[in-house]
Amino acid sequence: MSITADTLMDDPGLKEAEAAHERARRRLAWRRRLLPVAGILSMLLLWWCLVYILEVPPFVAPSPVAVATTLVAKWPILMANLVPTAIEALVGFALGNIVAIIIATVFVHRKTVEEAFFPVVVLINTIPVVAKAPILVLLLGNGMEPKIAIAALICFFPTLVNMVRGLESVNPQAMELMRVLSASEREIFFKLRLRNSLPYLFSALKIAASTAVIGAIVGEWIGSTTGIGALIIQSMYNFDSAMLYATVIVGSAFSVAFFGVIIAVERLVVRWQPANPV
Amino acid sequence: MSAAVECRGVTVRFVTDRRTVTALRDVSMAVEAGGFLSLLGPSGCGKSTLLRVVADLVKPSAGDVSVFGMAPAAARAARTLGFVFQDAALLPWRTALQNVELPLEVGGRRELPKGAPTPRELLKLVGLEGWENSFPHELSGGMRQRVSIARALLGGPRLLLMDEPFGALDEITRDRLNEELRRVWQETGTTILFVTHSVYEAVFLGEQVLVLAANPGRNAALVTVDLPRDRDLSIRETPAFTTIVSGLRDSLGRGH
Repeated sequence: MSITADTLMDDPGLKEAEAAHERARRRLAWRRRLLPVAGILSMLLLWWCLVYILEVPPFVAPSPVAVATTLVAKWPILMANLVPTAIEALVGFALGNIVAIIIATVFVHRKTVEEAFFPVVVLINTIPVVAKAPILVLLLGNGMEPKIAIAALICFFPTLVNMVRGLESVNPQAMELMRVLSASEREIFFKLRLRNSLPYLFSALKIAASTAVIGAIVGEWIGSTTGIGALIIQSMYNFDSAMLYATVIVGSAFSVAFFGVIIAVERLVVRWQPANPV
Repeated sequence: MSAAVECRGVTVRFVTDRRTVTALRDVSMAVEAGGFLSLLGPSGCGKSTLLRVVADLVKPSAGDVSVFGMAPAAARAARTLGFVFQDAALLPWRTALQNVELPLEVGGRRELPKGAPTPRELLKLVGLEGWENSFPHELSGGMRQRVSIARALLGGPRLLLMDEPFGALDEITRDRLNEELRRVWQETGTTILFVTHSVYEAVFLGEQVLVLAANPGRNAALVTVDLPRDRDLSIRETPAFTTIVSGLRDSLGRGH
């Protein structure tokens, strides 16, 4: 009655169909890799042509070749400045997300607290980052602390909102099942809510990975001497456009790498298919 | 015989901003231990609500409910009952086996009673041997519902409450699961309360059928299904079956 591997093997066209599928799959995989590369290369070529044909002066915009040369020549300086920015972004990311997860947990279990403080969180979130930065510099001085605080604040909101949604959007019948089994709030939290929230949490973490770097860089714009943000401001004042572009590339390359790490961790942790995709 | 479940004058009202809904009004019923009662009625007749009252998921506004002589809350705490939902309600991050084991991990860690079938044996009972390590998204709708039946049977509950468990399945799968549920009922001796809106399903499965009428939900008729204990699907073509079905259709019609 049931289909077994043996009965499938009797199908004469099976091998051929599988081989064809495998070829199509491989072609698609190469397509997915090559097309983005082709897109990026064509944009670089267009950029180079524009700078060359319109004779754009170097203090307005550099040619891609000049940026590449600077990337190589100034590599040690760029890396030395990436380190503080990376530390600020990573620490801010960790801090902002951990606090958001804890507060989301409290909100889900104590509705009164959520009703009282969620508006406060929304209000703080409406202040633009560039406006938060000076306030935090005044509060926390000129070291890494205000930058970490900005990165943390910028991560905090999306994670809080998504985490509350993830913890609350539990299948109502699974919730009833837990009640039938006389599960405690603690068991419901660890066995049901927390696992249920993971896909939501990761979609927030992916946003936070890039915004944390933005937060650290914006923080460095205000009275800082090291870091990617400081380097951006310095290059701009010096009309060193090649250095400016090189710095921007290093900063966004770090963001992309950070984002990639989060995706890799997500693949390891969330192995199931969510019932209702996020 | 002693009653497994007894409801007397159960009324349930839901008060909302817009209106008050009387889901059940003065509903009474009883199932003897080891019995199989189908609860049949149109949507909105409160049959699911009645099941939830028995499971202590909904508090009745009035009336008495006893489950093996206990209050529903006590029966629930003592793990007297298993519940099968319309949606299998499996945890998607757990394998079939881990889903069946869930009842051992919550509500205070507990051991399986001596002699009770293990999670593996229960999966075998519902025909899922070899699928223990599959995740819910790798199983078909019918298989997921089998897992949820195995989970409800863990620990050998004396009462199984089933809320339209096969309502979302295709007819072929549904027929097969109906047959298997009869077999499981006979093998385990569990009392079953089964909610459905299919007349055929109600008659094929139940030893008795309680018909509820809607708006508000109330008793309409109680019919004893006078068919042999050993049933297969061909029984649905017999005159005896057809007579019971048309009788039930009449009482469903009168309820409106």
